[in-house]
Amino acid sequence: MRTAFCSAMVAVAGRPDLVFLTGDLGFMALEPLRDALGRRFINAGVAEQNMIGVAAGLARDGWRPWAYSIAPFIYARPYEQLRNDVAMHSLPVTMVGNGGGYGYGVMGATHHALEDYGAVLALGGIRVLVPAFDTDVSQAVASILGQSRPAYLRLGLDEAPKGFERPPFAPWRRLVEGDAATILVCGPLAGGLLAALGDLPRERRPNLWLVSELPLDAMPEAFFADVRRTPHLMAVEEHVATGGVGERLARELLLRGVAPRRFTHRCALGYPSGRYGSQAFHRRESGLDAASILAALG
Amino acid sequence: MPNRLTRDDLTRARLRLLQMHFEAGVGHIGGNLSALDLLMTIHHELMQEGDAFVLSKGHSAGALYITLWALGRLAEDDLKTFHRDDTLLAAHPPPAGLADVLFATGSLGHGLPLSCGLALSRRLRGEAGRVWCLMSDGEWNEGSNWEALIFARQQGLGNLTVIVDLNGLQGFGTTAEVADLRPLATKLRDFGWDVEEVDGHDVAAVVAAARRDSAGPRAILASTTKGRGVSFMEGKVEWHYLPLTPELYEQAVREVRAAADTPSATAG
Repeated sequence: MRTAFCSAMVAVAGRPDLVFLTGDLGFMALEPLRDALGRRFINAGVAEQNMIGVAAGLARDGWRPWAYSIAPFIYARPYEQLRNDVAMHSLPVTMVGNGGGYGYGVMGATHHALEDYGAVLALGGIRVLVPAFDTDVSQAVASILGQSRPAYLRLGLDEAPKGFERPPFAPWRRLVEGDAATILVCGPLAGGLLAALGDLPRERRPNLWLVSELPLDAMPEAFFADVRRTPHLMAVEEHVATGGVGERLARELLLRGVAPRRFTHRCALGYPSGRYGSQAFHRRESGLDAASILAALG
Repeated sequence: MPNRLTRDDLTRARLRLLQMHFEAGVGHIGGNLSALDLLMTIHHELMQEGDAFVLSKGHSAGALYITLWALGRLAEDDLKTFHRDDTLLAAHPPPAGLADVLFATGSLGHGLPLSCGLALSRRLRGEAGRVWCLMSDGEWNEGSNWEALIFARQQGLGNLTVIVDLNGLQGFGTTAEVADLRPLATKLRDFGWDVEEVDGHDVAAVVAAARRDSAGPRAILASTTKGRGVSFMEGKVEWHYLPLTPELYEQAVREVRAAADTPSATAG
């Protein structure tokens, strides 16, 4: 998705108000953007607190700054700058975190972002966009630039199966229709589920809903209809339970008086074995691999 | 817009600052008194059209409000709401509602990165304006400032001037006792900054230092006295916190008035 992101940014680099800051990351990936932006591409060094403060200062003066790093370094290290400098002033700074969830795999726990969007959403007023497919990225970028608000863009890898026709980006999309259950998934995990669900007959197939923008606004009526008519609602996300999609979904349903017959939540459990490995390894440990998810649908 | 700052202006501002804190029954007076002359100097003498100001030491918001009042940007009625319910004039600058306050500060170590952003903005646009940032000395304990020092130098932000209110006291002791950064000037110079050291209560000296040419970012280390102008507060940590009793308020007012009637080498 990083390449798709770079291309998407290059495509909008002609906007004269765009400034891009990186926390010394993007080697062998962001060079085309650096070339396209010239003086408006700034390597702020390994100093994320300052980078977000600088971005807020630029935004206060009318710029549209984007600040880029590995996901944990863009929200956790400068969290108070996000809170005080960006969110409190509703400044249109976009934080871009590459490798959300367990995306950095065996790079280890310090490089994982398991509570990123929950932490960011807790500040209020920050849009979170979690593309699932490469084709989402340019539309997510356009969506962010279409509004004058703070945003967090969580990037991962496009995991959709070959030949899958990716639907246009939207906050809510139903990717698969079925009768067995309803899954609400956030982010690239959707790709693996698509592959696994491919051949199931309708009666054994769940509805697969993909949410790509948080908090959960503008929930479609069709989603509630699916929740009502299927026996099991499952939320799936590569994020801890606290502050994640599952918690928010439960709240939204309770507020609306919609009671699923059964509700389960598959989420990042951290490091249950105390061992480290690939993104796939950590997903399996958390029961987030497609096989575990399908088995748990019942 | 700038107008000449007189000794009477400073005395009037100091008295109004004391009155505002006394009527509100609140502390943080010491750091406000040390910063007042600098704030008045920046706003009345130094700032030009297109400039921006960031108060990094947000706990001196009271002195900023008084400075804005002296400029006619805040009304007498506004000052009466200081520190009360339903006010915009909180003890630290608010994020919205006051056109002259660009950022909510109060958590230390934010103003310098924000100022770097404002300075970079002007440079990218090819605009002439200067960014002024007022910091405390205790604030230099925060690591984000050192990140910003590196950034400002690397980006060649010659349109950025930081003024440090060097009053020598911080939250729970002197700066020497808590986190000794002396000599700060040497450290900032080692980061590639242009550094001037002045008496922060000497308006002419601050102005002269600020107007000297500098190729890169500039820091003016302005030695000040916490509680300046009030004998029982000067140099006392407790006046970072304590509110004034009626008796002490009367004494403070008498002292500030008496000092105004005494010839002095400095404007404060």
